[in-house]
Amino acid sequence: MSSPFSFYKSTVGKKIVMAVTGFIGVGYVMGHVCGNLLVFAGPGPLNNYAHLLKVSKAFLWGARSVLIAAVVLHVVAAYQLWRTSAESRPTEYVRWSPVNSTWASRTMRWTGPLLLIFIAFHLFHLTGGQIHPGGAFSEHDVYHNVVTGFRVWWVSVAYIAAMLALSLHMYHGVWSMFQSVGLNHPRYNGFIRHAATVVTIVVVVGFISIPVAVLLRLIS
Amino acid sequence: MNLTLFVWRQEDANAQGRMEKYEAQAITPDMSFLEMLDVVNLGLIAQGRAPIAFEHDCREGICGSCSMMINGVAHGPRPATATCQLHMRHFKDGDTLHIEPWRSKAFPVIKDLVVDRGSFDRIIQAGGYVSVNTGNAPDANAIPVPKVDSELAMDAAACIGCGACVAACPNGSAALFTSAKISHLGLLPQGGPEREIRVLRMVEAMDEEGFGNCTMHRECEAVCPKQISTNFIARMNREFLRASLKHAKT
Repeated sequence: MSSPFSFYKSTVGKKIVMAVTGFIGVGYVMGHVCGNLLVFAGPGPLNNYAHLLKVSKAFLWGARSVLIAAVVLHVVAAYQLWRTSAESRPTEYVRWSPVNSTWASRTMRWTGPLLLIFIAFHLFHLTGGQIHPGGAFSEHDVYHNVVTGFRVWWVSVAYIAAMLALSLHMYHGVWSMFQSVGLNHPRYNGFIRHAATVVTIVVVVGFISIPVAVLLRLIS
Repeated sequence: MNLTLFVWRQEDANAQGRMEKYEAQAITPDMSFLEMLDVVNLGLIAQGRAPIAFEHDCREGICGSCSMMINGVAHGPRPATATCQLHMRHFKDGDTLHIEPWRSKAFPVIKDLVVDRGSFDRIIQAGGYVSVNTGNAPDANAIPVPKVDSELAMDAAACIGCGACVAACPNGSAALFTSAKISHLGLLPQGGPEREIRVLRMVEAMDEEGFGNCTMHRECEAVCPKQISTNFIARMNREFLRASLKHAKT
């Protein structure tokens, strides 16, 4: 086996790291949205679910460690690759026209940092409670925090905007990560492309439905 | 046809370049794009001015010499067409065309539209070969090759190394070229013994030249005159992962 350093040093190795950490991220948001949708079942189920996640400290911090490591690796590799690419073309074209690339693929470098800012805000907003406009933050009443949090219109708007950034990032990323690790075969390529789109839509619509429901007073 | 051209002019590698305006007059629709430039150059020479330098050789779409961005698209607007095979009938009378060289740190401009693509040669030198002992030619059918593999290898081998993939890539990545070369040799039994070392060395050489990374914009396959598929990039990534896990030392 070649050393992990020479593996990571290559652009292909970094992309594989980004794909694997991205896969962890996608797995996480899929689980996260399923949990969040319990808000529609009422305060009891959502708060019980939130309590369940925190029953075992080892499980909680084990999962958090994996997620933090994945985010750090994903961001560091993205930054390094972005630098390499930026330096690879010292003179820009006077004119350049895209043919195949999508808006999603060309905005990965903007939706990425946006999501990073969002994650920081989101943790202070609904995990830590340090930033919680719209009412007191209760550590044991997640349902209350969600409803009071999203009652503030600009918080909901920012949240929905961040979810649209997530949709662009996932639309390209979920498909692209399979290419990065070489999971490509004519028999499955079409399925992977469609599955990436469906997963993106389901996750983002699921997330957005909650602030919308709060603002429409469907949840209170 | 009469056209207005904005062409990148640069005296040598160190000179400051700029876009200059030219009028291409009395162009017939049957001319190729390079023949149109030939006509413009004849006019420039008649006026005692320096002709526009551009690379060309076979003019049959198979040598990979011609290399220019036409209105922001490598090899111009026609898919699966090298600049030399692009005909003026695909443009309209009165069109304005922007013509620029490939832009990449690894492809420095030598003069006007001519760039140095030696970086591709160095990627090939790193592993784009098959080592065999010389001697009598082996019997043609002694080594069975699955039909699917030989077809795929042939698709990859169609790469003419023109560099349009790098030129079109928003990241300036050479992944399509490198992956085509890795696949074309790695898919065949003759390339098998060096399968791992080849991908490790060629990827390393690609990175050393300062090319960007692939983020699957798929601009390369849209402009490739030989329609090399980005599936080969995924294959390269897979081969790299496999070789990294398997091979002792590069």
